[in-house]
This record gives sequence, C-alpha cells and structure tokens, in this order.
Amino acid sequence: MRRNMITLAAVAVALILSASSALAQKVVELTLYYPVAVGGPVTKTIDQMAASFEKDNPGIRIKPVYSGTYQDSIVKALTAYKSGQPPHLAVLLSTDMFTLIDEDAIVPISSLANSADDRKWLDGFYKSFMLNSRIGDKTWGAPFQRSTIVLYWNKNLFKEAGLDPEKGPANWDEMVAFARKLTKTEASGNVAQWGLKIPSSGFPYWLFQGLTTPNDVVLMNEAGTETYFDKPAVVEALQFWVDLSARHKVMPGGVIEWGTTPKDFLEKKVAMIWTTTGNLTNIRANARFPFGVTMLPAKKHRGSPTGGGNFYVFKKTSPEEQKAALRFIKWATAPARAAQWSIATGYVAVSAAAWDTPEMKKYAREVPAATVARDQLQYSVAELSTHDNQRVTKALNDGLQAALTGAKTPEQAMRDSQREAQRILRAYKR
Amino acid sequence: MSRTSPQVTGWLLLLPSLLLLIAFTHYPAVATIWHSFFSTPKGAVPASFVGLENYRLMIDDPVFWQALWNNLWFALGTIPISIALALQMALWVNGRIAGRGFLRLAYFTPTVLPMIAVANIWLFFYTPQYGLLEQITGAMGLPSHNWLGNRQTVLGAMMIVAIWKEAGFFMIFYLAALQQVSPSLAEAAALEGASRRQYFWKVLFPLLMPTTLFVLINALIDAFRMVDHIVVMTRGGPDNASALLLYYIYQVGFAFWDSAYAAALTVVLLFVLGLTAFVKFRFLDRRTHYQ
Repeated sequence: MRRNMITLAAVAVALILSASSALAQKVVELTLYYPVAVGGPVTKTIDQMAASFEKDNPGIRIKPVYSGTYQDSIVKALTAYKSGQPPHLAVLLSTDMFTLIDEDAIVPISSLANSADDRKWLDGFYKSFMLNSRIGDKTWGAPFQRSTIVLYWNKNLFKEAGLDPEKGPANWDEMVAFARKLTKTEASGNVAQWGLKIPSSGFPYWLFQGLTTPNDVVLMNEAGTETYFDKPAVVEALQFWVDLSARHKVMPGGVIEWGTTPKDFLEKKVAMIWTTTGNLTNIRANARFPFGVTMLPAKKHRGSPTGGGNFYVFKKTSPEEQKAALRFIKWATAPARAAQWSIATGYVAVSAAAWDTPEMKKYAREVPAATVARDQLQYSVAELSTHDNQRVTKALNDGLQAALTGAKTPEQAMRDSQREAQRILRAYKR
Repeated sequence: MSRTSPQVTGWLLLLPSLLLLIAFTHYPAVATIWHSFFSTPKGAVPASFVGLENYRLMIDDPVFWQALWNNLWFALGTIPISIALALQMALWVNGRIAGRGFLRLAYFTPTVLPMIAVANIWLFFYTPQYGLLEQITGAMGLPSHNWLGNRQTVLGAMMIVAIWKEAGFFMIFYLAALQQVSPSLAEAAALEGASRRQYFWKVLFPLLMPTTLFVLINALIDAFRMVDHIVVMTRGGPDNASALLLYYIYQVGFAFWDSAYAAALTVVLLFVLGLTAFVKFRFLDRRTHYQ
C-alpha cells in the first residue's frame, strides 16, 4: 500500500516536471505589477482578466502581482528594475513617466506598436489622457485606469437650503453663493454643516489644478522642464482657495484630509465635495440620500486635470516578452475590456469606442453620473508632471499647504515653490 | 583527534551572530557612509565622487532642518511622558486590585495592535466635526478644531498617538522589575517610618534605575524610528509640520529616488543613534546601580 503511494507520487512528479518543461519552451510568462487605489474587488477583476487573456492567447501567461498603493508600486518596480529583475509590465501613475524615463527603465510603447493597426489603436485613446503619456512623437504609456476630479453634491441639503436640487454650481461665483447658503453655524459658533470641501492633504497640487485650469493657466511645459507656479493667474487661483475658508467661511480652515472627505459627505457634514471619479462606486453604494455629480465649476472656462495610471513596458526584458506585453496591453484596453473595467471600478473608460459598446451604453443610462467625467475630458489638461516629478510636486504641495494653513500669503508661497522647482529642474534644462 | 585551540572555538561560537551583524548592521552602515560621498546614479549616468556636496546640500535644505527639529521635539514630548505613564501604570497594576489581569491586558493592547491599522483609527478620532475627539469637546461646548490640518497642533497630535502606543510596552518592563523588588524592603521602610513618597523616591526608584535606563534608550530609538503613523495620517504635512527625519529619508530615497542624498541624511540618523548608545555606555551605565 505504502509502496504504491510512493510510486504514484513519483509518477505524478515526473508528469508535472515533463509537462512544465514542455510548456516552458513555448510559453512567455509576463509579470504584471498593479496597484489598487480605489475600493471594490479590483484584485479579482484583474485575475479574471488575466485568465481570460490566457484563454485567448495560449502562448502567453500573465502573472499579476498586487503591489500596494501607487507609491509602493513604483518603489517595487524600480527596485526590481535596478536589481535586474523588472516586471515586464506595470500599471503606474501617468505622472511617473518622467521618473521612469530618467531612470532609463521603460521602452516607448510607440516603438513596439509599429503596424498601422497599432497606430490606430494608440490614436483611439482620448487626447487628454495622452497628454500625460506622450512626449513629442514618442508614446511612453498606454492609458488604463484613468480618472478626473468632479464635484459631488447632496440633493437633500440643497433642497433644505432652498436651492434647486437638480443643479450643481456651474461657476466659481455660484459655488460660493451656494456654499454660503449650505453652511450652517450653530449658536455656539461651531459649524454643523459646511458648504464645500476641497481636500488638501497628500496631493493638494492635483485638486489645485482644478482651480488653475479654469483660471486659464497651466502649471508646467510639455517637456517637463519648466513650471509656472508664480504666474499671477496661479496666485489668484490659490487666493480663491484660501478665501473659501478665510473670507467666505464656507470651507473649514487648515488642511482638509483627502481620505475622510468622502466620509464627511456621506455623514452629511458637508454639502459639496471635490473628489475623484474613482469614488463614484463607493459613494453610490453608501449614500443614503440622492446626490448629483457635475463637472468642476468654471472661472474663465471649465477645466480639470486627469489622473490615474498607465501601462508601462519595462526594459531589461527580451523582445518577445515586450511583444507579448504589447499584446496584453492592446487586449486590456480594447473597447469591450475598457468598458468592463470602467463599470467594475468607476474609472473613466479610456477610448470613445469603449463608450459605444452596448454594455457601456447601458451603464451610462443607469448611472448618468458616470458620463460627467467623460464629458469633462474635453476641458481636461495633463496632471502636473515634470522631471524629478515627486520633488517638484512636493515643492508645490508645501507651498499650497503653507498658504492654506495661513503660514504664508498665496503670493509668497507660490514664489517660494517656484524658486524651489526652478532649482530642482535646472539640471534638466541643459 | 585533533584539538582545536580555544581561540578558534571562540571565533566559531561568535560566527553566526557576527555574520548577521556584519551583513545587516555594519556593512549597510559603512556602505551608507561611503555612498553619501557620491552622486546618485541616474539611468545611464553612473555615480561619481562628489565629496561633501550632499552634506552642503543638507545644510541648505530647510526641510531637513525642520524634520530634525520636529524629531527632537517629538522625542522630547513623547519620552518623559510615556516613561512616567508607564511607571504609573506599572505601579497600579502591580498592587492588589480587582481585575488586575484585565487591566494589564488593557494597558498592553495598544502595543500589540499593528501601527498602520491603529493610525487609520486615530485618523478618524481626530477628524473634525464627527470624530471621537470632536464629539467629546463638542459635548463640553468647546470650539471645533482641525487637529491634523493645522501646523500648530499636528505634531502634538502625532505625539499623543506615539505615547498611547509606547507607554503600555514600557509598562511591561517596569512591571517585571517591580516584581523583582523584595517585599521586605517595603516592610523595612515602613518600620523605619518612611512615607510612601520617601519609599518610592529613596528605595523603589533607584532600584528601578536599570529598567528606566533601558526604557529610556528604547524610547529614544523609537522616537527616531517610528514613522508608520506619519505615513498614514499626515504624510509629513501640512507643509512639513509633522515631517520626521526617517520619513524624510524615505521620501528622498524612494519618492525622489535621490539615494545619495538619502544616504547623507541616514548618516545623520546613524550619528544621532550612535551618540545615544555612546552616552548610555559611557556615562549613564556608570551612574546606574545594577543589582
């Protein structure tokens, strides 16, 4: 009996070994690092995607590796790259493009996508998503999980305040006027309900672009070598942000935490919030009141930055692997997949073709809020991204927080941020 | 059979720990100092020798100075309070009181919980309007406060989290030490007519001195080592008001990818910790009465 078991085990091992060595000759195995930045069963969705891709492409195997937050993911990917074992593919922030180029870590996708069909595929993405993916004629990343900032409002609180519950603020003046009516102060002086919250912890620069873009000013050049933090229109936008709490008293003072802002909204402590479209699924599931979603209000015109992650293909991998990686990216961003991904996560589907699929049309009818982000794309600009990106971004973040906490005037804060950014970028201007 | 000399045996016995120490402590420390004199390799550009440039940069870097000062205030604010609290709690749960086991467990719980989880909970404690703290102060009619969003209060708020986390851990050491103290000492002191105050300051506290020293060193190291809650709760903000040295090193190293400058900053941290060890072995040990 026991001997039989051993024989059986030996046969099984031999079979597995021969099977795996036979496979190893043909199969290209790709490692994919991906972060999870929004709620929902994203890991499961990715695993399902990998499995169904393998069914369609028997020669390629995808090994998805969940790599933490966006920040963790780039740390892991670059560390792995430096030790000679990079992932073949990774989903990383679109703003990490310059960092990855400077580290000489990625292959331009446009150099892999040579055929006419490939070029058509690259042209199919929304232009505003390509702003953070392309430098000159080279495309370095393929848009995948992309988002933008929108304004959410609580319809019940609007009704209570005597406002039209079906209409969000269209411009800055309206936003302030609405917020004034929506701010409720108790006899003790404590505010029970705020009119508006624009979060400012962690990455205030992103939300700040929702103020600078409508004020008709950009923060950097396309080459990522110059910033314009001290332009008068930028200072004006920051002054408006500071005034929301200091002058109009419709927003709490100090820095507002990004992570708790959706919760504040759900707890009815604030009537209007700015946050990512990625929170739509979460708010839809947990709000016990009707809410509306609208584009960010206009000043001179509408405007908002895009955000989120792109696919990148790493160097130090073989040409076959890179070709297989491109195949996976094309497959994952094809209209039907992009639509599925958008519905499952709340990210904006990355191409117009995806919005024309039957599933997406049905979803858009059921959740009209989802289309707001898409319609806003025509007014969207690139997320702040330069060489030595995180350092330049920190220079701006520090300035913004200094102004919002009252430590510096907006003008002084932006002058300091600009000087610091100029110092950092000196080396890249040549 | 050949006999190995005692010399060789000694080295062989030392070998396992020596290897670990060299691989994970001494080599990294020396490599860090070495790298701090080079530039950061970027893409195709290899590292080149730059001498003291990274250190000159550091002197001109306001964020470094702020992180260092924050860290000193953080240490100064957390260490005495958590030690005093730990001693107080140990004295209390060492006495004969009902529910002693439960109380000990309660005091020790914060230490057991993972910091990341705890920091997320504290984030909601400090949340304006409906956070726990706000509900308490609101019920007492005090004005609302944005604890983490304010330059003046954010570091203090971080200190409270650290004290809450640390005090229970230090209590365990004090409790162990208190159980070693012979009850005859208390009896003798009582016979001599010493007050409880005198007994504590003249007998108990000196006897606990080795523990206090151990706890002090640990607390100091922790003050420079604990940054998990900063990552979760403030990310150093607003405007670096809660940036601690190790968090800044992490940012420079893994967000800015400036490994050479991060190495120079690490040398400062190494120096601070080395100085701590030196003071302990050179001065404090001589003044401490070991049994």
